[in-house]
Amino acid sequence: MSTATVATTRYVEHVMGMPVSLALRGRHAGDRYGEAAWARALAVLHEADRVFSTYRADSFVSRLDRGEITVADCPSEVAEVLALGELARVQSHGAFDVRRPGPGDGQVLDPSGVVKGWAVQRAAAAFDALAGTDVCLSAGGDMVCRVAGPDSEPWWIGIEDPHDPSRVVAVVPLRNGALATSALTHRGPHIVDARTGEVPTTVASVTVVAGDLTWADIDATAAFAQGDGALRWLAERPGRTGVVVWGSGEVQTFG
Amino acid sequence: MKRLTFWLLSTVSVVVLLFGYDASNGATTASPPTSIVSGTSGTTSGTSSKTVTGRVASTQWGPVQVQLVVANGTIARVNVLQYPTGNGKDQEINSYALPILIQETTDQQSASIDMVSGATVTSTGYLQSLQSAIDQAGL
Repeated sequence: MSTATVATTRYVEHVMGMPVSLALRGRHAGDRYGEAAWARALAVLHEADRVFSTYRADSFVSRLDRGEITVADCPSEVAEVLALGELARVQSHGAFDVRRPGPGDGQVLDPSGVVKGWAVQRAAAAFDALAGTDVCLSAGGDMVCRVAGPDSEPWWIGIEDPHDPSRVVAVVPLRNGALATSALTHRGPHIVDARTGEVPTTVASVTVVAGDLTWADIDATAAFAQGDGALRWLAERPGRTGVVVWGSGEVQTFG
Repeated sequence: MKRLTFWLLSTVSVVVLLFGYDASNGATTASPPTSIVSGTSGTTSGTSSKTVTGRVASTQWGPVQVQLVVANGTIARVNVLQYPTGNGKDQEINSYALPILIQETTDQQSASIDMVSGATVTSTGYLQSLQSAIDQAGL
């Protein structure tokens, strides 16, 4: 990609059922060290998919959900993710939950809402060793960014307007941190308020910028699930900034 | 479904209006779209323009292919030659993903957007094909 200042090298792969895009600028963009780090990042994501996928019957999470094994039988990352999910449930007053109602009176375990951001944040550590290099690792539009130094150009992130996808509603400059957007535009009604089982309609998209993608992603989803209460809840969250686009078209920033 | 189709059509027409559809092999681009900021507008001598076509990138939704018109080493235009068509769900995804990415690309020279939050599957094929075209163009 040719920009006015520094050339950007891009890579794209499909992992965990979504496109994962990498952009590198600077010393290791396009060299073998950059490519080796990309391979390591992909390996982290493939491993997360193997452990956590609800689409794979043989994943630890699927077997856990069927009661064939316990958390103690799983890699320690499973306990870590479930603990994050529980923390998010409590902090969102129940709007976010990794368990949802299943057949009969049962519950289905689906930690996907935690795993995506958590896994991409872990994968991004593969680039820590690349000195002098700017990194932007995006999985389906949720991303971790890093730049080489305090004078480096930021990454410029366009936030899609959920009401008019031919436009961006905002452009966010991001140096070191993470950004996640929750909206119903691409995957249909996959976000529900866990307390009511209902799909929020008053909020169109929530974008959260935070220090790491685990919590940027959780907070975007948890805020979206709260509908009318999204902005009120986000304003109380520490260290977050972002954008809420309402169903009415109104755009509000926070933080 | 009817509503969705109308919406898709209007989206496509916006794309065509903004960026044109260069069916020729693009010897020169006499009238570049005004919405695109080009760094070459002041150059009168030695103007060289060429068109490069990215390879077809397969996505789980279907093939995506883009074409670049390059003038004096700068992207002057982006054409989307192929994008997935099929059931309504695919079209809905396209209508969300493609326009914004076209804007992203042409905005590289003005607003300098590096990544879009919200666009998903089709963006992959788009970027793959775009990258291969950029590689061919030697940008």
